[in-house]
Amino acid sequence: MAEGSVPAVWRRYPQRYRLVGSKCETCGEFFFPPRIICPNCRRKGKVVEYQFSGRGVVESYTVVHTPPADMEDQAPYVLAIVRLEEGPMLTAQIVDVDPREVKIGMPVRMVFRRISEDGEDGLINYGYKFAPL
Amino acid sequence: MRKVAVVGVGMTKFGERWEAGLKELTAEAGIRAIEDAGISGDEVEAVYVGNMSGGRFVGQEHIGALLADAMGLNPVPATRVEAACASGGLAFRQAYLAVASGEFDIVVAGGIEKMTDVLTGQATTTLGGAADQEWETFFGATFPSLYALIARRHMHEFGTTEEQLARVAVKNHYNGARNPFAQYQKEITLDQVLNSSPVAEPLKLLDCSPITDGAAAVVIASEDVAKKLTDTPVWVNASAQASDTLALHDRKSLTTLRATVEAGKKAFQKAGISPRDVDLAEVHDCFTIAEILAVEDLGFVKKGEGGKAVEDGMFDLNSDVSVNTSGGLKACGHPVGATGIKQVVEVTWQLRGEAGKRQVDKAEIGLTHNVGGSGATAVVHILSRYIDLRSRR
Repeated sequence: MAEGSVPAVWRRYPQRYRLVGSKCETCGEFFFPPRIICPNCRRKGKVVEYQFSGRGVVESYTVVHTPPADMEDQAPYVLAIVRLEEGPMLTAQIVDVDPREVKIGMPVRMVFRRISEDGEDGLINYGYKFAPL
Repeated sequence: MRKVAVVGVGMTKFGERWEAGLKELTAEAGIRAIEDAGISGDEVEAVYVGNMSGGRFVGQEHIGALLADAMGLNPVPATRVEAACASGGLAFRQAYLAVASGEFDIVVAGGIEKMTDVLTGQATTTLGGAADQEWETFFGATFPSLYALIARRHMHEFGTTEEQLARVAVKNHYNGARNPFAQYQKEITLDQVLNSSPVAEPLKLLDCSPITDGAAAVVIASEDVAKKLTDTPVWVNASAQASDTLALHDRKSLTTLRATVEAGKKAFQKAGISPRDVDLAEVHDCFTIAEILAVEDLGFVKKGEGGKAVEDGMFDLNSDVSVNTSGGLKACGHPVGATGIKQVVEVTWQLRGEAGKRQVDKAEIGLTHNVGGSGATAVVHILSRYIDLRSRR
């Protein structure tokens, strides 16, 4: 992402703040982040907006000790791939838990948190993290 | 399509090359390849160069023209190819296609990355550009962490252990200790790997390939020209490439790289051989788990059995398949744009019997496997001393 770009952050608010994705009414598949075209049905698909429940399970996880420059204050942190109950997977931090307690299959729910800061004067980025259900 | 052979190879010493910039590294590798081919340079008709991020590592774009200039090859057409860590392998494939198609007879394929002019944090951020910026990196993913997520899941599904991962690093350092071009020319022990500092659990520092400066180059030629130039052409029997989702979390399985599976299948089919026929393979071990995925996804062993096979020594030097004789990305180093070309250089040396202390006995068929990102690009080449592997002539 271009560092410090306001529109680049702003246009992802619905997905990153509220987990708004999409769903194909023809085949029933859910998409997060949202897709405009259903890859299964293509022109026969009917893709509509969908509000995800925010519940899911941990598919895999790691504890990051060497973070990117803008997350140095948060390390070590737990990063996971979460499978949402509707099907799609996403990458997010797991918080409000002792890292040693995180397990594959653990139920989690979305929480709204600060993600990173572009330095002292830059944007503060917000979005989803996940916590034990 | 015409037959294509590698007729000259060269590389720089890989490592922290404080004294050398992009131009020096490029010239060093390129001149060695041209000298090795026994040509003056005037015969070269085009240049393809793999480079991931000259722009972010040293502020330099326009790497195609830079390479042609540094090597004294102007005014030949020069093209940069980018596919993250698979840039080199893809540059080789573009060069191969240009000769196979009949457009050119002699082409140089190069790869270059100058990574140590920035601090580690910046390098990590730049390499993170190979992942999905909006949906992975934004939320805290780094490259080690993506491969760590794969490793954790592989351990969960197949019982792969941290010791088995560590064994990959030990093996590749053993080979690197026998390669004068490698960044780390020293052996390491299982305990050293297991006790190294955590990067992204379960991956530790010695599970990870390093940050490296380096360049590599090869000269390739059409059949007629190759036969005139050398008595030891190394034929490109297959070139294949495949793509997958940029984000790891968008894949059906976290423990297989579909792009590797697809490119591998296509390559074996084109060459008319099976994985069993391969004597040596340079595979993309950016992290130890990546080598385990590679040997499974290329079909050397069944899915889930890679860790055990590594532990049993199946991929040691002069065993079933000698994997990463150069030391791999782990010990030879990983200047990202150069790695795919270095793999071809190593296989060529092996097939010509010029690999010194790490020479594989009776090396006849070699494979290179280069991955971009967490598996969104994979490129596989099969090379041998035979112009046609089906008839073995």
